[in-house]
Amino acid sequence: MAQATQVGFWKKHQRSLAPWLFLAPGMLMFLIYVIYPIFQSIGISFYEWDGLGPKTYIGLQNYKDLFDDDSFHTSLINNFIWLMLYLLAIPAGLAVALFLNQTVTGIRLYKSLFFFPFVISQVVVGLIFTWFYAPGFGILPHIINFFTGTPTAILADDRYATYGVIAAGLWPQTAYCMILYLTGLNNISADQVEAARMDNAKGLKMLWYIIIPQLRPATFIALVVTVIGALRSFDLISVMTVGGPFGSTRVLSYFMYEQALSEYGTAMGYGAAIAVVLFAIMLVFISMFIVRMLSQERNA
Amino acid sequence: MRSLKALAGLALGVSLFATAAVAGEIILNSDQSDPAPKKAMEELIAGFQKANPGITVKWNNFDHEGYKSAIRNFLTADAPDVAAWYAGNRMAPFVKAGLFEDVSDVWKNNDLDSQLKSAAASMTMDGKKWGVPYTYYQWGIYYNKDVYKKVGVTEPKNWTEFVANCEKFKAAGIDCVTTGSKALWPIAGIFDYINMRTNGYEFHMDLTAGKVKWTDPKVKATFAEWAKIIPYTTANHAAIDWQDAATLIVQGKAANYVMGNFSVDTFKKGGMTNDNLGFMIFPEITAGIPRAEEAPTDTFHIPSGAKNKADAKVFLAYVASAEAQTKMNAILGQLPVNNKATAADDPYIKAGFEELSSAYALAQFFDRDAPADMAKAGMEGFQEFMTKPEKIDAILERLQKVADKVYK
Repeated sequence: MAQATQVGFWKKHQRSLAPWLFLAPGMLMFLIYVIYPIFQSIGISFYEWDGLGPKTYIGLQNYKDLFDDDSFHTSLINNFIWLMLYLLAIPAGLAVALFLNQTVTGIRLYKSLFFFPFVISQVVVGLIFTWFYAPGFGILPHIINFFTGTPTAILADDRYATYGVIAAGLWPQTAYCMILYLTGLNNISADQVEAARMDNAKGLKMLWYIIIPQLRPATFIALVVTVIGALRSFDLISVMTVGGPFGSTRVLSYFMYEQALSEYGTAMGYGAAIAVVLFAIMLVFISMFIVRMLSQERNA
Repeated sequence: MRSLKALAGLALGVSLFATAAVAGEIILNSDQSDPAPKKAMEELIAGFQKANPGITVKWNNFDHEGYKSAIRNFLTADAPDVAAWYAGNRMAPFVKAGLFEDVSDVWKNNDLDSQLKSAAASMTMDGKKWGVPYTYYQWGIYYNKDVYKKVGVTEPKNWTEFVANCEKFKAAGIDCVTTGSKALWPIAGIFDYINMRTNGYEFHMDLTAGKVKWTDPKVKATFAEWAKIIPYTTANHAAIDWQDAATLIVQGKAANYVMGNFSVDTFKKGGMTNDNLGFMIFPEITAGIPRAEEAPTDTFHIPSGAKNKADAKVFLAYVASAEAQTKMNAILGQLPVNNKATAADDPYIKAGFEELSSAYALAQFFDRDAPADMAKAGMEGFQEFMTKPEKIDAILERLQKVADKVYK
């Protein structure tokens, strides 16, 4: 009797339960490694804690200190600069993709060479650019010296250092956007291009009215990965400038690492507060993307 | 079949448990990742095991930089029996959090209070000893003798002469002072020395302990002295590491380098010899101030979570002994802390021994004397000052703001 009802229950609910069972491992991981730490960070941000001793509840003091902290302002401004300039990777990626979207001998080789910077580690990219900028043996100071007469070391000058790091980041990011657009270009409908040709559309007009609208999905993904890539920039800063000179190339994620986890930082609560602010900024973009994605799906 | 597997599992479990509980094994965590320190550690462990046949040492060697964050994790989660660390304020957070064991009895039973006298103060907190020092090294100015000859200047007797020399180096197109501040800490050595020579050891210690304000006119006086050599300092210091700056000395593009004695190895690998690598004590600035020096001390501690404290104390006593320190420091190329030990026969180590033994007092180094957050903010301030000396007032005000938060 008992067995019969059990079988009956499974039979009855199999269709509704099965998806949840398949989702369960993923959701569990997501819960443990993503959702729970978010709330834990928010919790820690209300305490003063060195990671070892007892925690003291200080309410919103960490946030108050944060808005009074020059390093925080620098980080926030730098994050904004990163976000703006990183978007250049999208048109640059499109340009490279259009250029490579042709059938010539050896095009596969050229494509892989252009994609190369995205495959190698960010640390390697950082090192290559550090040597490129290095005073003494790097080539850029020599070029600058030739034109201006002073060999400026980009990474030693607080006015240019952030831009120098972003330029290094744009190299792999452009490659990423390029590959997204290349796959997009494969799916361009030949009929439409044909029809446009008959209507005498050429060059930029063809690009603007026929090609780019069809690349919309690729542009959307490129925008998402670029915005998120800009906000979580960390490795390049860590390799190229260590946040310097005198903290002028910090961004929020690096600032958080410095405050909470680095050799000289043990302020867990303060670090958590920075993480919460960074999370809030990301949340704005993520919700924007999700809303757009949902509305597109509904219209489709 | 199943029971066989269970039996095998049980046997494995028992054997694992047995190895974990072997009598006379101590686990040692340290960060001797460079070749010479690594070899010194191997010798130390071999010597210890020979002297104490009942005890074996299991050594986990960490990467030097990674160790600094790893120690926070393993002290709380899975404590070894012995851990390497640093003296002075740098060990304060662990002592205060109760993560280091009081080892005053090791000091008492082995006559260490007299043999390790020079480092006793920096190992003491709340009247107790928290570890044993095994090595320290001197700081000073390393210089290229060939460049001195080429420009026609001699070793300066005081700060005025040093600055006057700088003008001559500049005329010859040579950086008078070089340094690499990408990792920040090298310039803290310059600050420490100028501050100790301008205002004295006590003032410097009060400043790093938060008893004096950064906006004090005496601090400003220190930076005024520093400003005198900034036009003659390598311009791109913020983009290079300390080794890159050492290359400038080797190549004769720079003359003087305020550095620790560990740099001798780098200079010599670059091709310098005892004949053209010079060493001098940082020159006097304010006449009559007793001469204090930088001598960062490396130490071993017993974590309070250690499982085999009895044997760990035997190890600490061995590390503190004159014989062990003589052998170890000969390989390290550094100075033994034990005053019964003999320093190696090397001109720089001898010079360091003279320098430190005749000094009025020893400082640990800015990032070990000041609390970590203050040290970081301070060194960034120094770096900004070296690039924009005119902003000194704003920098000092910012440092005081940080100090108000750190020392409250």
